[in-house]
Amino acid sequence: MERLTPVAQRAPGLWQLGTVTAIKRETPTVKSFRISVPMWIPQLPGQHYEVRLTAPDGYRAQRSYSIASSPLDEDEVELTIDRLADGEVSPYFHDVVVVGDQVEVRGPFTSYFVWRGESPVALVGGGSGVVPLMAMLRQRRRTDPELPMRLVYSVRSAEDVIYADELDKDAVLTYTRRPPEGWSGHRGRIDAALIDEACAPLANGVAFVCGSNGFVEAGTQLLMSAGFAPDRIRTERFGPTD
Amino acid sequence: MSNFVSRAFTGRRRVPPELAARLPPGQYLETGFPVLTAGPTPDVAPGDWHFSVDGMVASPHEWSWNTFAELPFEDVPCDIHCVTKWSKLGTSFRGVSVDTLLERAEPRGGYLMARSYGGYTTNLAVEDVTGGQAWVVTEHEGAPLPREHGGPARLLVPHLYFWKSAKWVMGLRLMDHDEPGFWEANGYHMHGDPWKEQRYWSD
Repeated sequence: MERLTPVAQRAPGLWQLGTVTAIKRETPTVKSFRISVPMWIPQLPGQHYEVRLTAPDGYRAQRSYSIASSPLDEDEVELTIDRLADGEVSPYFHDVVVVGDQVEVRGPFTSYFVWRGESPVALVGGGSGVVPLMAMLRQRRRTDPELPMRLVYSVRSAEDVIYADELDKDAVLTYTRRPPEGWSGHRGRIDAALIDEACAPLANGVAFVCGSNGFVEAGTQLLMSAGFAPDRIRTERFGPTD
Repeated sequence: MSNFVSRAFTGRRRVPPELAARLPPGQYLETGFPVLTAGPTPDVAPGDWHFSVDGMVASPHEWSWNTFAELPFEDVPCDIHCVTKWSKLGTSFRGVSVDTLLERAEPRGGYLMARSYGGYTTNLAVEDVTGGQAWVVTEHEGAPLPREHGGPARLLVPHLYFWKSAKWVMGLRLMDHDEPGFWEANGYHMHGDPWKEQRYWSD
């Protein structure tokens, strides 16, 4: 548990030049970028980084992205980025960035949607809302694998599953459009049956819900019905982070 | 200021100069109205809504939905800027000026905590919410304020990042000192001026 205690947050905030050291394609529209950060300080699972792009004429675009990696991966962060077709920063990462490229980053930021080692934990993610939840799963796997933590993960189809090779018995998936062949698990949007079965045994703990606004609304209502206190449910709703 | 240039980045969401001048640094133009809320969305019926001004004031005041409706309302055309980087330009709200609300209570402190149903708080200096700079609004673009955007009533302080415009607002508590509200205790800036890019503690 010691490694789960909050880190002292020295003031981050300086822009620094990170270097992309690895790129992994997760799904047709999602890639994970490992970025080495020269002035890295440990993040809490759930925190985010900011990214800034600058054009030759000085025009800039900034966005925030959740960190997917465990703080035990020192001196680097993994940012998992969903490519939004009409976006500005995510298409740049997907279409332009290659290993060895430099990007301006700063962070980590904010201490609300973070896991500080509370137990038990229910994680409810929709689509790329799974990214900050993966930071929590990875941290738990490396620090206290027996700690009760379960993920309910809603995705459209089998090809849209991010981190597919890391999801184990503690991940309960539901497919809203096309389940894989022979799928006998849950289908359709998250509902009371799914959340009750997966999360009710964890209701004396904390819950993290991340996804679109509609998904988060549904998830929080279902968690409250399953017995979670409203002030023990932390949410992160997608802004238009593109 | 860094001289770094991102390889092969040209920018795909540039806006015309007249709009660009209204975008604070680091912001981009958003035409929708995204919803960002920490925790579950409170459900407050107008009949149950009350609004109070208390704390360090000479005369604490409380309004019900009906007595609040008798106050002078005004239209508030404005641009709003969210710390998550989007800005919405040329939107409008309708509500009661915070000047009107504070005037009746006679503040004796220079700061206040805006308090919301659901437990959200955010701190503000009185000088940032007076002089026609802040309102308690109940309408957005001609319609009742939707619940997900803070209905039945939210604070509106358009010259600061939008987390200062507390949704489901239930009161202003005057204080003789500044102290952090919810997001300010969780890493966001105490003041939050978008034109100075005061996003986080360190900015």
